[in-house]
Parts: sequence; structure tokens; C-alpha cells
Amino acid sequence: MKEELFPAIRLTLVCIVLFCVAYPLFVLGIAKLAPAKGEGETIQRNGKTVGYAREGQSFTSDNYFQGRPSAAGYNAASSAGSNKGPSDPDYLKTVSARINSFLVHNPGIEKKDIPSELVTASGSGLDPDISAAAALVQVPRIAKARNIDAAKLESLIRSNTNSSVLNGIEKVNVLLLNLALDQIKSK
Amino acid sequence: MYSEITGPLLVLIGTILFAIPLGRYIGKLYNGESVWTDKILQPLDRLLYFLAGVNPNTPMRWQQHLRALLTINLVWFLFSMFVLMNMGWLPLNPDQNPSMSADLAFNTSISFISNTNLQHYSGESGVSYLGQLVLVLFQFISAGAGMAVCAVVFKAMKEKQGTQLGNFYFYFVRSCTRVLLPLSIVLSVILLFRGVPMTFQGKDQFISLQGDTLHVSRGPSAAMIAIKQLGTNGGGFFGANSAHPLENPDAITNAFENSAIFLIPVAMIFALGYMLKRRKLAWMIFGVMTIGVLLLLIPTIQQEMNGNPAIRSLGIAQPLGSMEGKEVRFGSAASAFWAITTTCTSNGSVNAMHDSLTPLSGMFAMLGMMINAFWGGVGVGFLNFYVFIIIAVFISGLMVGRTPEFLGKKIEAKEMKIASIIALLHPLLILAGTALSSYLYAHHPQEYAGWLNNSGNHGFSEMLYEYTSSSANNGSGFEGLGDNTPWWNISCGVVMLLGRFLPIIGPVAIAGILANKKQVPETAGTLRTDTATFGIMTFAVIFIVAALSFFPALALGPLAEYFGIIH
Repeated sequence: MKEELFPAIRLTLVCIVLFCVAYPLFVLGIAKLAPAKGEGETIQRNGKTVGYAREGQSFTSDNYFQGRPSAAGYNAASSAGSNKGPSDPDYLKTVSARINSFLVHNPGIEKKDIPSELVTASGSGLDPDISAAAALVQVPRIAKARNIDAAKLESLIRSNTNSSVLNGIEKVNVLLLNLALDQIKSK
Repeated sequence: MYSEITGPLLVLIGTILFAIPLGRYIGKLYNGESVWTDKILQPLDRLLYFLAGVNPNTPMRWQQHLRALLTINLVWFLFSMFVLMNMGWLPLNPDQNPSMSADLAFNTSISFISNTNLQHYSGESGVSYLGQLVLVLFQFISAGAGMAVCAVVFKAMKEKQGTQLGNFYFYFVRSCTRVLLPLSIVLSVILLFRGVPMTFQGKDQFISLQGDTLHVSRGPSAAMIAIKQLGTNGGGFFGANSAHPLENPDAITNAFENSAIFLIPVAMIFALGYMLKRRKLAWMIFGVMTIGVLLLLIPTIQQEMNGNPAIRSLGIAQPLGSMEGKEVRFGSAASAFWAITTTCTSNGSVNAMHDSLTPLSGMFAMLGMMINAFWGGVGVGFLNFYVFIIIAVFISGLMVGRTPEFLGKKIEAKEMKIASIIALLHPLLILAGTALSSYLYAHHPQEYAGWLNNSGNHGFSEMLYEYTSSSANNGSGFEGLGDNTPWWNISCGVVMLLGRFLPIIGPVAIAGILANKKQVPETAGTLRTDTATFGIMTFAVIFIVAALSFFPALALGPLAEYFGIIH
């Protein structure tokens, strides 16, 4: 082992220089050319940061579109999923409670119209998106709360919907949608 | 609905198409032939050899290879322990994260030198930026070490009769600088331009639209995410791993990151075909492995897209499938695809929380790790498969009444003993660990109440998954398990250590012993190992030895949960 020890130590030191210093600095250099200089893309309103484009945030009020439940409380310094198994009784009670609360806040909506992502927690606790269907199901509530035409809201959702050919899921970024929502005047 | 499968299909086909030329390139590297990266990287390699004081042309016997491997890993372990237990006061700590306790540092150090990347801490609050960078180091060199020992076995399989199996440092350095480093740079650039951060700024703070004060963790993550995917490491920068929107911002980054999970493991098989000039053998191995992966993958995608039956009975719609623990931008199919590729290859990064997978999907993810040889980890995946080949050769030899021979070398009692011990070690570590923990939990329910996040069969699955992931050097988890306790840190640390090094020592020893045997020329009576028949035989051995030994444990966990949920 003795004859291997010194090469091992020296090779480790060289690797530290290469992989802990040179490689990250090289990537850091390229990051300066990337969008937002590699510091994470932010959303500004009136010159102030109101969010990160990629990260969801909590919306609890009835006059905003709401995103997914978050096991991390949308704390972007402590991401986490619920880690609840599919059959856990406590977990199913939690989901039931979310469904009931949704029905109370959205009168006229039936259970079968609620897409599951609105009552299940995301993997990161920071999911920025919901499906277009999950946004549309909230339209009557927001139309009433903000006194805006439902048709206007629907076209707002459509213009904020995007999808990738890789999965075809029609999704809406909740933060961007709500920023656009704040721009619409009530009737 | 079917459009959700587009991404996984493209990634699967695209990665395999890229892995074939990459494998040939890796084969050339290990053969010492000239390759196109020589011009740029040859001087770097020379500098590394010079500074480390090693001669890459000195051949080593198999015992010397193992000594070099174990010694350098010991150095890495000590270095890692020092940094993790002192990073609180060391530089590059803008968020003022604390140093690790001894048991957590022990677990994390072994986890990263063994290419496991099991994380009993959360990235945002558990390590400083310096700690993260040191973990990046291990993500390169543990992967490089795995590829190097695999190259030793390739070289031994090629040998007519001899003991000189190339130089360990030569294989190691080339794996790191010629394969892992360039690919990591390419991948991290792709990630950077899709919005993954790379900065040494600490947390950001702002007022949200709703008026809450929010803190956002950032950091030098793009560099880490690239190598954690490519080196079958899996240890993410953020707690939520590749489910985190800054770690994996959209469907495109998801496709690239997922492709990187199994690119090198698949390429290693084609490297074998090139080095040994036995393309057919490589295609047989690739075929068995890929069919195995597909058998786990297809039902998992179906299960996840189908949704959770318990949620369906609550009366709501599941148009996107089972969404607990998943992200909308990926969807169920891509999450299921990731779950199976990451567990088959011992990567262990996740883009959805495995604890919340539907029961059968959770079982298929565990089976991927229990078999651990369908593609497998970089380098070590083939070593596991090699052990199964040896056993399959021996059994088929006995069945048809011929001397068991593999590549012209007789398989005798000594090799068979080693192969059997290695094949049985994995079930032993997993089942013994799970049994001990279940005993502790059952007899001290108050004391260990914090362990399990789920009741019943699923709680048992959480413990079974943890040891499976440790022994397979995977690193993913049913993360509901409260695992940052001395019991889990130390027991999983020991399991990872044994699960890493014994399955390396065994195959290297077998290959080394076989290399020194006289080569018997192939005749019409030789049992051919590059045929579909032998492929089926190997598959049967894997199924019986690896999969069925876990059947009773799986019946108690995911299977029981499945039948409970569908009634």
C-alpha cells in the first residue's frame, strides 16, 4: 500500500485543482454569457423583483389563479415533496380536504372537473406550472372576484399556454399568468 | 395522451444512437489508440501524470490494480470527512450552512466516493458551496474509478494468457479527462442556456406578488448537475434534485439530463465490443440489458399515466396521471421513464419523488436496483453483469455436459465461488439491513416513530428501498424516511461501502485469474456466448438469482400495497 499512497495523494491533489477549481470556473465563465448571467432569471415589476420565472410561489387569495399545493410551502430555500405514498390514509384525508376546500371556493364546479394536480403536492414544492385545464377551472371564481368577463380570462389563459413537443402537456406558468391578470381592468 | 411518450422515445433512441460511436471512442481510449481529443487533451493528461508522479505505461497485475483503487479511495474518504466536518468555518459559505456531524459526514463521504450519492442532508441548507464543489470532485473521480476497473476487466478478457493488465492511473485519468470532463462541459453549457444557475452569490430575497418575503437558494449548480447525471452519481445540488425548477427547468433540459443518465453505461458495452473485437458479444449483452430495462419501463409508464386508484376513488380527474410528487412540465410518462432509467443505472437522481410513485412503479424502481446490471452504473454495471455471465456459463456448461468456458478460458471452482459470493452479497446486504431495521422499528415504535413517513406496507417499502438503494450504490430514496439519524447514517454507510468495493474486487479477481489461464481454441463443441440462446440463459440467471430472492420482501411492501389499493 505504501508505494500506492504517494501517487494517490498527489493524484487527488491534482484532481482537486482540475475538478473543484478549473472546471467550475470554466463553467462560471460561460455562465456570464448565459441568460441572467447564470444567476437565475427574475421577473421585474415597477423595477422590483417579484419572482423567479422558473419557481412557483404561493397564491392563496381567491382573486389570483392558484398553483399546486406545496409540501415546502413554496419556500425556495428548502425544496421538498410530500413523500406521501399513494395509499396512506392521512394523505388521502389531506387530498379530500383540499378537494372540499376547492369546491367551497369555486361554487358550481363538480369534483370530476378538478384536475388532480390542483390537489396533489408537486415534487419540488416549487412547481411553477399548472395545466391549462387547471387554470380554466378557476375562471368562474376569478371572474366573480375581480368582476372580469370570463371570456377575457379564457383568452388570457390561452395566450399564456405553452407546450413542448416532448410531452404535449398544455401548461401555464401561474406567476406569469397572475402578473398578466393584474394588468386587466375590471368592467 | 400518447404525445407524452414522444419525449421518452426520442431520448431512448437518440441516446443509444449516440452511445454506439461514444463506445467505440472509449474502446480506442483504453486500447491506447490515437483519438481526435489527443490534440487538445494529451498535454493535460501528461501534466496530470507528471504532477501525480505516475508512469501510465507501467503495467499492473490485478492485485496491484485493486491496491491502487483502494488506496486512492481511502485518501478520498479522509479528505471528504475533513471538508464536510469543517465546512462551516471554511470559505465559500455565503448562506452560513453548518458543518456535518460525524455520522452524517461518514455516510455522505462513503456515499460520494462509492458513486452512490445517497443524501441524508438537503442541498440548500446541509452543505456550503465549498462542500458542493468537493462533492463535484467525487462525482468525477468515483465515476472515473468505476470506469477504470471496468477497463481492467475488459483488458483481462482480451488477454490470451498473461498477468499484465494495463495501468490503473492510465485508465482512470483517461476516463476522467477524455470522457467525463468534455461531456460534462457540453451538458452544463446546455443547462446554463436553459436557465440553470451557476453563481457564487448566496440566497436571494424579494417580496412576492402576494406580499410574502421569499428566499431563493442558488449556487454553482450547472457544473454539478452535468456530472451528477453523466457519472451515474445522482447527488443533486438542491434538496428536490432534478424535480427542482432551477435544477431541471423544462422538458428540454429534462430530455438531456435523462439521456445523460444512461449514455455512458450503454457506451461501455460497445466499448467492450470494440476492445475485444467481439461486436456480437456486445450486442448480446446490450440486448439482454435493454430488454430487461424495457420490461421494467413499459409497465411503469402505464401505471403512472393511469393515475393513482386511491385518488380516482375520491372522484376527481387525473388527466395527467398520478401527479403527487411530480412536476407539470415533465408529466407522468417522462417521470416514469426517469424513475426506471435512474434506478437501472445506479444513478439515483430523481425528477419526481419516488416515495409517491404508485405501488407497482415503486416496485419496478426497486427491481432495477436489485438487479443492478441492466445497463448499470458507469463501469460497475458491466462488472455486475460479468458475474451473471460467469454463473450462466457454468450452469449452461453443466446442463449440456460441456466444460464451462468463457472466451476460451475454463471456469473452475475458484471463479465460481467468487461469483456466487458476489451474486449473493447484494440480497444479503439489502435483506439483512431491512430485517434489522424492521425489528428495531417493530420493537421500539415510540423511539423510532420519526423514521417512517407512511403507515403500513408503504412504510416497510421505505426501509426496503433505502437499503436497496445503498447496496446498489444508487442514491435515490423513498425520501419520506427520516434518515438523518446515527442508525441510518452508519448502517447505510456500511452497506454502501460493502456494496461498492466487494462487487468490484470479485469480478476483477475472476477476470485476473481467467486472464492468466491458457486459452483453449474455440471448436465446434465450444459453448457460444454471443448467441440469443445464451442471452436468454443469462437473463434467466439474473431473474432467478437477483429478482426472485427479493420476491418475499416485495410481497410485504409494494405488492401488498398494490392489492390493497385496487380492491
